[in-house]
Amino acid sequence: MSVLTLYNNLSTFLILGAILFGMGVYGIVTRKTFIGMLIAAELLLAGASVNFMAFNRFNAPDPVVGQIFALFIMAIAAAEAAIGLSIVIAVYYHYKSIDPEDTVQLKG
Amino acid sequence: MISSTPLTAGPALFSVDGLVGIIFLVMIAVTVIGGYIACNSQRLVRAVAGLIVCFVGVAGLYYFLNSPFVAMMQVLIYVGAVAVTISFAIMLAAPADQEKMSQSSILAGPLGFCTAALLAGGFSVLAIKTQWPVMDKINDGSVKKIGIQLLTNYSMVFELISIVLLIAILGALVIARVRREN
Repeated sequence: MSVLTLYNNLSTFLILGAILFGMGVYGIVTRKTFIGMLIAAELLLAGASVNFMAFNRFNAPDPVVGQIFALFIMAIAAAEAAIGLSIVIAVYYHYKSIDPEDTVQLKG
Repeated sequence: MISSTPLTAGPALFSVDGLVGIIFLVMIAVTVIGGYIACNSQRLVRAVAGLIVCFVGVAGLYYFLNSPFVAMMQVLIYVGAVAVTISFAIMLAAPADQEKMSQSSILAGPLGFCTAALLAGGFSVLAIKTQWPVMDKINDGSVKKIGIQLLTNYSMVFELISIVLLIAILGALVIARVRREN
């Protein structure tokens, strides 16, 4: 198998999805702003979508289902981004900060 | 006597297949570099720019997975809508001194990296070691087939996702509204 035929290989896409997922986890753990965490969450969703699309292309009997699932993941991600960012803006108006360390009143 | 055929018989570098492979490698590089910038840069604006680059690369990966429709939707929704929304949120809500590092533990970075590396490496090993069963295709996954399936088998989910998006927009408006002091 040559390096130029990697795109015909399921493992390539699965490893890429795993790398995207890992970068998303790293971002969520280390970011210190809410918006940075949201950006990392988008990376996580992209990794999951790449996995779905890879199995859809190489293994699934019906290659339509995975594409529809990826479209629904995109819609859910857009809704999540809208709600999350509006919460971030509301928190910023209230606390004048988007640092998670400052918003300790949200603790139970 | 040395065999004349090489062990790894791939396409020539400047054939059509070879150029397609090079474009795929470029897409991988764009995705990984964009993701690195998105999760590792200090300024949020640069992180959003890295996210856009990463999503363009992911759209290219979708194109290589025989799904040009999903690739187009990736560019339209993520690069077009989500990135713009995040940019507006940064303009509205990010204070000017947000790049100052708050006093978090010195261990957060290395421990986070270890967690992420363990997860990614574990998933990769799992993906390589497992024998995934391959089944015969029952259709070609074209855009026409997607449209037919969306309006027949998946029409209920299609309507539900519209309602979810509508409620999300209304909820975002209600939450982000500046409340009057009374």
